[in-house]
Amino acid sequence: MRTPWAILLGGVAGFVGQLIFAQSNQLTLPAMVEAGSAFSIETAGSGQGTLYVAGLGQVIRKDVELGKTAWFPAGSLYDAGRYVVILEASGNSESGILDVAPQTKPASLSFLARPSRLPIALHNGITGAVYVFDAYKNLVTAPTPVSFALSSPSGAAQTRTVTAKDGAAWTAMDSTAKQGADKFVAEDDDIASTRVIGQVPGDPCGLKMTAKPDGDKVALATDPVRDCSGNAVPDGTIVTFTETYGDTQSTVDVPLKRDIAAVEMPAHNGATITVASGVILGNQIRWEK
Amino acid sequence: MSDGSENGGAMLAVVLIAATIAFVVIGTMWPTKAALAYTGGQGLTSSSSTPEAAVQNLGDEIRASAWQKAYDGLANKAQFTEQEFEHDLKGYYPSLRTYATLDRFEVFPLHASDSDAEVRLKLYWSSVVGISEGTRDLHVVRAGDRWQVEWPIVKKPVVPPQVIPVNYLRWDVIYRGAGDDWGAQDVEAPHVRIVDMRPVERAEGVVILGELLNEDVVPAYVSVNATLIGKNQQPIATEGSFDKISHLLLPKQVTPFLINFPNATLADVGSVRMTPFSTLVPASADPVIEIDNEKLNPAPDASLTGQVINQSGQVVNVAHVLGTFYDSTGHLVWVADEYLDRALLPQTPESFNIHIPEDLARQISSERTIVSTYSSGGSV
Repeated sequence: MRTPWAILLGGVAGFVGQLIFAQSNQLTLPAMVEAGSAFSIETAGSGQGTLYVAGLGQVIRKDVELGKTAWFPAGSLYDAGRYVVILEASGNSESGILDVAPQTKPASLSFLARPSRLPIALHNGITGAVYVFDAYKNLVTAPTPVSFALSSPSGAAQTRTVTAKDGAAWTAMDSTAKQGADKFVAEDDDIASTRVIGQVPGDPCGLKMTAKPDGDKVALATDPVRDCSGNAVPDGTIVTFTETYGDTQSTVDVPLKRDIAAVEMPAHNGATITVASGVILGNQIRWEK
Repeated sequence: MSDGSENGGAMLAVVLIAATIAFVVIGTMWPTKAALAYTGGQGLTSSSSTPEAAVQNLGDEIRASAWQKAYDGLANKAQFTEQEFEHDLKGYYPSLRTYATLDRFEVFPLHASDSDAEVRLKLYWSSVVGISEGTRDLHVVRAGDRWQVEWPIVKKPVVPPQVIPVNYLRWDVIYRGAGDDWGAQDVEAPHVRIVDMRPVERAEGVVILGELLNEDVVPAYVSVNATLIGKNQQPIATEGSFDKISHLLLPKQVTPFLINFPNATLADVGSVRMTPFSTLVPASADPVIEIDNEKLNPAPDASLTGQVINQSGQVVNVAHVLGTFYDSTGHLVWVADEYLDRALLPQTPESFNIHIPEDLARQISSERTIVSTYSSGGSV
């Protein structure tokens, strides 16, 4: 039974103490300070004292004359957050809370655009997320409009405007039907950040090869390889030629060069030759001399 | 008590030292044949009084890398130099064989008369990727009271002087730097996809077979991990494809993979979790390797044979041939591989022979072969 009584009495004593402390009015703090701006703290009484301002990223110690205003120049406190202010004088101390808010004007954007490379014509395939920072790298938590613009090589542009909430704004865009490098720009106020998104062709479409005799070999070459939107499939893409003759088979993996894959294979009368790229099959040729 | 144990310890030390000295003396005075052979002595060499003994001696000398002694004992050594003989066995260009040692060999008499004989020498080379076999049929001739081997030298392949223009793509990669803004993009990892997967129960355990496609437009360094999940949803084991895969995939290229789970049984497995990995790496589309005359040989001794031809102008030091085998409905049946222990010279065919398990050979009706290569940059 003694313990609950002790807790209750302790709580009451603490409350009364705080009441007395708050009413002493030796320390008058601004309600809110914007990061990086000048501010002042009023003190009461007389004599010398020391003022401590301590936060997560910063600590300031300042000798003050009680009863006068202590001035802090611009740039003194620049990390947004909650600070504890302690005034120590003649062995006594008094404390209070000072909140430092981020600046409302954006100074920089961190723009995360994903992915950096994707196939064409993908709905909501591109995402962009923006974090808005002030000049002191504090997240700007005040609502602010962020505009996103994705422009493709064909000139078509998609735009969205999103209001940043708690310093963050995001959107999703479609990749277009044309391959190339898209510019993805995020802008807030007069601050802009640009990312490049590579739109790459899709799988080959209508893969077709032709064959012609070349001495004791057969020369095989594909038509220019394109995807279903007409984009050229990039050079280096592997095209597989397979020649089956009786119970033997020959295979060559050939990279595309200038949109075409070409190879020479043994010319066997009656051989069946197929072409494929990845999981896409092309046409089939039966070789007759 | 302490005096007694100290005396006992000193006595034991004296006995051990004396025994060591005695064994060293015995080993030096009367060494075993194998030890003597490895020190370059005459240990394993016995009289070449029969064709088999002559080939046996030659095998011992090759195993001991006693090239001069092996060369000196050949009947046809005037036809080639000792260096050519050594290169014929170890390779003219850096390859897996160059760094291999002869683990063991077998001698099979094929035919014999009073003056000559045919003997098969089967060599088992120990390389970094396992044992590779080589067979030489040797003609052995009588020279007085002893027999000598005529070595069937395979001379250095001659590639005719020529210019081979190579203008295939090469991909270089610039990765994100340490000083970049944290929001800046890094290069996107290549998009890869498992297009086929099948667990198979074998005598040695569970085997996961599959195929992986690089569906991106950039080269990918790939590997695959698999985790067997028990019927109680707890993981049983995780294994990787290790070298049973072609690690470098060019755009739209497909590689088979095989993952072994020794001592696991399919009955205990509820599901399998597959994890493909891909990293964007610099790569070249060169060299292009042609695979020619692929043939599925039925059981017994089922195999996939064929030849690989390096179409580029650069020497390929290591070639890894991977075969994917399908049944008549196109389902994956097996994945097997073989490393070629000889370098691939430009335009020079090199044979491969991939063993297929007998019980699976009957199910196989088609196959697909790919070759992954490693070049150290040398040319002919």
